[in-house]
Amino acid sequence: MSDQKYTFKDFKSDQENRWCPGCGDTAILMAVQKAMAEMDHNKEDYAVISGIGCSSRFPYYMNTYGFHGIHGRAGALASGVKTANPKLSVWQITGDGDALAIGGNHFIHEIRRNINLNLVLFNNQIYGLTKGQYSPTSLFGQVTKSSPYGTVEQPFHPGELVIGAQGKFFARSIDNKVKETTSILIEADKHTGTSVVEVLQNCVIFNDGAYNAITSKETRDDNQIWLEHGKPMLFGKDKEKGLIVDGMKLRVVHLSDRISVENILVHDAHETDPSLHLALINMSVTNGFPVAFGIIRQVEAPAYDELVEQQIANVQAKSKIKNMDDVLNSGSTWVIE
Amino acid sequence: MAKKIIEVDEVVVKFAGDSGDGMQLTGTQFSNTSALIGDDVSTFPDYPAEIRAPQGTVGGVSGFQLHFGKIIDNPGDYCDVLVAMNPAALKANIRWVKDGGTIIIDTDSFTEKNFKKAGCLEDRLKDIYEDYNVIQAPVTSLTKESLVSTGLDNRSMARSKNMFTLGMVYCIFDRPLNHTEKFFDTKFAKKPEIADANKKALRAGFNYAVTIHAMPSFRVHPSDTIEKGRYRNMNGNTAVAWGLLAAAEKANLPFFLGSYPITPATEILVEIAKRKDVGAKSFQAEDEIAGIVTSIGASFVGNLAATSTSGPGLALKSEAIGLAVITELPLVIVNVQRGGPSTGLPTKTEQSDLFQALYGRNGESPVPVIAASTPSNCFNYAFEAAKIALEHMTPVLLLTDGFLANGTEPWKIPAMADMPEIKHKIKPAGDDEYLPYKRDPETLAREWGIPGTKGYEHRIGGLEKMDITGNVSYVPENHEVMTKYRDEKVQRLENVYPELEIEGNEDSDLLVIGWGSTYGHLTTAVRELNNEGYKVAHSHFNYINPLPKNTIDVLKKFKKHLVCEINLGQFAGYLEMNHPDFEYVKYDKMQGLPFTVKELKEKIKQLLENK
Repeated sequence: MSDQKYTFKDFKSDQENRWCPGCGDTAILMAVQKAMAEMDHNKEDYAVISGIGCSSRFPYYMNTYGFHGIHGRAGALASGVKTANPKLSVWQITGDGDALAIGGNHFIHEIRRNINLNLVLFNNQIYGLTKGQYSPTSLFGQVTKSSPYGTVEQPFHPGELVIGAQGKFFARSIDNKVKETTSILIEADKHTGTSVVEVLQNCVIFNDGAYNAITSKETRDDNQIWLEHGKPMLFGKDKEKGLIVDGMKLRVVHLSDRISVENILVHDAHETDPSLHLALINMSVTNGFPVAFGIIRQVEAPAYDELVEQQIANVQAKSKIKNMDDVLNSGSTWVIE
Repeated sequence: MAKKIIEVDEVVVKFAGDSGDGMQLTGTQFSNTSALIGDDVSTFPDYPAEIRAPQGTVGGVSGFQLHFGKIIDNPGDYCDVLVAMNPAALKANIRWVKDGGTIIIDTDSFTEKNFKKAGCLEDRLKDIYEDYNVIQAPVTSLTKESLVSTGLDNRSMARSKNMFTLGMVYCIFDRPLNHTEKFFDTKFAKKPEIADANKKALRAGFNYAVTIHAMPSFRVHPSDTIEKGRYRNMNGNTAVAWGLLAAAEKANLPFFLGSYPITPATEILVEIAKRKDVGAKSFQAEDEIAGIVTSIGASFVGNLAATSTSGPGLALKSEAIGLAVITELPLVIVNVQRGGPSTGLPTKTEQSDLFQALYGRNGESPVPVIAASTPSNCFNYAFEAAKIALEHMTPVLLLTDGFLANGTEPWKIPAMADMPEIKHKIKPAGDDEYLPYKRDPETLAREWGIPGTKGYEHRIGGLEKMDITGNVSYVPENHEVMTKYRDEKVQRLENVYPELEIEGNEDSDLLVIGWGSTYGHLTTAVRELNNEGYKVAHSHFNYINPLPKNTIDVLKKFKKHLVCEINLGQFAGYLEMNHPDFEYVKYDKMQGLPFTVKELKEKIKQLLENK
């Protein structure tokens, strides 16, 4: 736990920022630095781990311990770091290509194991560093350099994968909402287990405006819903709209004489059954819903690294074998005289 | 009739049956008992890749060969005694029985149906009866008869037939039963009726052999060269696991193994998973890549980290080995070689990953490569691999293979106090400055600044780094400087590697060269030839990259160089590249099997005589 006070500047490294001017990554970097200054860890206990891609340059801009890995393997690297030293606060910085294409296997398995680390997934729906090929989150039909006639692939929704892998913490933010992102990251840090924070991030060069429908001034109030545990699910400029459950499905309703706030769903992030969380995760503008932001799911469960430590402690408390001399002489041995 | 007694210095016995017949257990019991009474022993289990291959077929035969006696360096070529539990086992192994050798068969399973499964052996059986000393024993029915009083069902009774044959073989070689009896008492402490049945069958087999008189009796001269001390049986995989753990203890570091199950390396992971008692962490990863990458993560935070795999897995780990090279983190990569390419022969041995170990990566990516040469010295070389990794800040590749991994031999238990010191490069807290790529002028190893240490925050990764500071650098000259540093760091290991030795007769024209697991067969072949009056020398490589400093001096002493290996001549090619002034004669084998001493001797003689 921290015995020092920090400001976000303590987390800035002396390296030149090489992201493109206007890149959403810079805003996320700011949010992470602000969040870390507020978290209860010493600076030397942070390990920022990444794979390959634009987002994965992140560790170089942080004045913490950092490891810029190889493509797709950030999850495995971070899993090893945390399992080997559970005292560290581990931050995996990854993108939609790194985490969901080449690293998809590690992504689902670290979540399944529930390793106590924080995963920040920069989702810009494109490959940036390799200059504009479609990613596993690119929209169906999207025209990119490697899909000149439009993709014929269905995109992944990261949150859906998190639920499928039995994830316990999933939150969503957007790059330009630094304050909201900061507070989500602080909550992610407090959560024990794998915390996945998807940040919708605008790539100004290869996929500019991908989130315009969600972020533009004219539409953002109608197309964003910020969920808070224990609060009714309201949105719109004057919070005049809300979500209800109609049969097995979510439905958008307008508050009126017949529908009051009491009729609106109250967000329960702690519900263990993931069905409603999944429905919230999958809301999109194209199917007539606002996109859900905030902490969508936060369920307590034992973390892998803690269980590993516990198991070792339990075995050591009972075992007669205390060191390697004991191991070498254990079992069937004989003496030649 | 007076009983024939054969006096010998060494004997080879093979137990063969269906893969569910308990041949591995039977063989292990026999070798443990032999070691216990002072024999030198070497074993070689040989089993199919399928867990329960079709019963009664040649493909489903599981065998366990053991060689015991005075001085034993390999599990033997041809057997003096073969136990064949069914026709398939006989068919698969008849060519490995010495002329006039003894074969014990279970006549109860030599039925028409089983002959059919094994395929057309019945007609040959007459010849076999003439050429060999065949003991026909109705093992299954005699086992059942001996267990009638136990009240066990038919199937459970038949399951003890392996112990009946073990009892017979114990009688032939005059071995005590008490070690195996004790084993059953411990193993089935909670099921005394099972322990009892096995012990009864064992005793019945022993008594049956006494009664029938039809068998030869061997008097094997026990070893008189075995050092005094406490011993245990050791196989290569356990030895690797324990060697790594011993290094972690010696270096006073936590141990982490990231691994993915793969034959024949899996038992390393299995053994480490057991060793929570000494605080070891094992991480069964989702794939081979995660196996090594989690280990690199563990190494970043100051653990002694390792990953274990076999050929196809090593291929998957290539990119990550490069990451460990450029980040200059300590890591041990254990590759238990098997027959390849691709899935190849998962349960069979081969030395064909040498080039993959040396060169199988992108970029200039030098890695020290060392190879164990006996099941028990896998302990020492695993320890040594960890020591090099930690003291020189580099990934190290340790090569073993299926033959070493599963083979066993008696091993004098070392004391941890006698193991060499390991001085890792973790930079203690308290300094004002940490420069990640500042090097030790002698070894060129960088310092290890580990997360959690105040003031040493830094970033490493797969991008080229600036000399000393470790910042990302695309400076052309710097890349050359760093490339050469990484190479030079590995090359300088020749200063710490032990010198290459010469065994046999140095006053010879011919040097026999081997590396890794062929040691036992080569040393036996060379020893026997020298005893027979030939002059021949042998040098065996455990340190492969870099080669020992005196390699050239050793090579120079001889006119002819014969390189024997279980591949198509990879090490010979490597020697040619490093020391091109010599001509290397290659002797290669690619059958998923070790050399036989017999074929090695023939090849060497051919070279000696063809002057």
